[in-house]
Amino acid sequence: MEKQNEVVVFGTWASAYCTRVEIALALKGIPYEYKEEDLTNKSESLLYYNPVHKKVPVLVHNGKSIAESLVILEYIDDCWKHAPKLLPEDPYLRAKLRFWANFYDQKFMASATQIIMSRGEERERAIKDFGEVLKVFEDGVKKDIPAEFPCFDGKNLGFLDIVVGTIACNYEAFHEAVAVIFSPETNPTFWSWVTALKNHPLMKEMLPPHDKLVAVMRQKYFQSA
Amino acid sequence: MAEVKLFRAWSSPFPLRIVWALEVKGIEYDMIYEDLSNKSSMLLQYNPVYKKVPVLLHKGKPISESLVILEYIEETWKSKTPSLLPGDPYQRAMARFWAKFGDDKILPLIWEAFIKQGKDQEEALIAAHENLKYLEVELRGKKFLGGETVGFADLTFGWLANLVSVFEEIAGVTLIDHEKFPLLLTWMKNFMDAPKIRETWPPRDKLINHFRALRETLIAKEPK
Repeated sequence: MEKQNEVVVFGTWASAYCTRVEIALALKGIPYEYKEEDLTNKSESLLYYNPVHKKVPVLVHNGKSIAESLVILEYIDDCWKHAPKLLPEDPYLRAKLRFWANFYDQKFMASATQIIMSRGEERERAIKDFGEVLKVFEDGVKKDIPAEFPCFDGKNLGFLDIVVGTIACNYEAFHEAVAVIFSPETNPTFWSWVTALKNHPLMKEMLPPHDKLVAVMRQKYFQSA
Repeated sequence: MAEVKLFRAWSSPFPLRIVWALEVKGIEYDMIYEDLSNKSSMLLQYNPVYKKVPVLLHKGKPISESLVILEYIEETWKSKTPSLLPGDPYQRAMARFWAKFGDDKILPLIWEAFIKQGKDQEEALIAAHENLKYLEVELRGKKFLGGETVGFADLTFGWLANLVSVFEEIAGVTLIDHEKFPLLLTWMKNFMDAPKIRETWPPRDKLINHFRALRETLIAKEPK
């Protein structure tokens, strides 16, 4: 019996990278089966479908697996070409969006990790560094994608909205579990973008519940404390 | 004057990927060599975020980050063959996955194994081999990662073909041995023999001098 367009997502509820995949599929109206993984006891299927990294998210489409959230997002856009498009047609704009998505995933996360791992004065410095990374991001996105900044037009979520929103929209949980790292005063443009994203119905539906996320963050980040 | 300019440093493997892509697709370009110890104001203007090479300038608009540039080239010059990425979405995703894997895992670990010594080097090499095993499996039944011709992922791993033997000679250690990685070594040879590849890469003796000096500097900086 052939299964046409069978889509399975392996994920964990607290992972923003997994939320990215679910949001993209929901935007495109693609039905899928979701499998929650326990990362302390990974399933045989996960290890089979992602032997290289053994991580979530993994998308399995008709038995073929793809890992790495940004690769998966592009796959979803390539495979299901109908609207809404996650990336625009113009190659230069695509290049800018890819550039900033990579910057976000590499620089922001490294900077946030520094904050999590440090205490006292070192943490103050790490928060300051984060502020600088955020400034570079804000100014850069404004300059490179001027007509569409904030990228989110209130209706359609695009590639960068998904990449940024799934992580940034959880800022309240991070602020409660770790430290306050930005505010409407320090970063008004970013703040208004994230606030708009938080109000999108799909984000509201897909983002993990605040209290649960705070608890998980506290446990994960301060296990060794 | 070509409408495409490429900022590069002669020894860096990242801009070399772009050279290969442009050459293979027959796209005219001007090369601008940067001295990374004395970066030009143009480079800093065109890549203010990372201040690195490569930067591709197309009709005055800059693009940085080598994998982003490769995608841009592929999308902008659609009619120029060969294609670097296949048409099939799954194969495209696999090319992107392996390229990312190479840059995130293989390159940093091989680099670590090259610049470190003693136990640190041993550990880096073990980790590199653990990851290279996946590449070895992926190469089964394939001439190139892209199929019959060099593609996106092959260009990303291309540094293995010209730099591994340079690193091995300088550090006096085997990084990729033929018993454990026969398919990878075959791939390296096929890649080297592909059109436009070897003729555009930097001369070996220059690379040896450059990376030997760099390694010595880095080792000297290590805390005792």
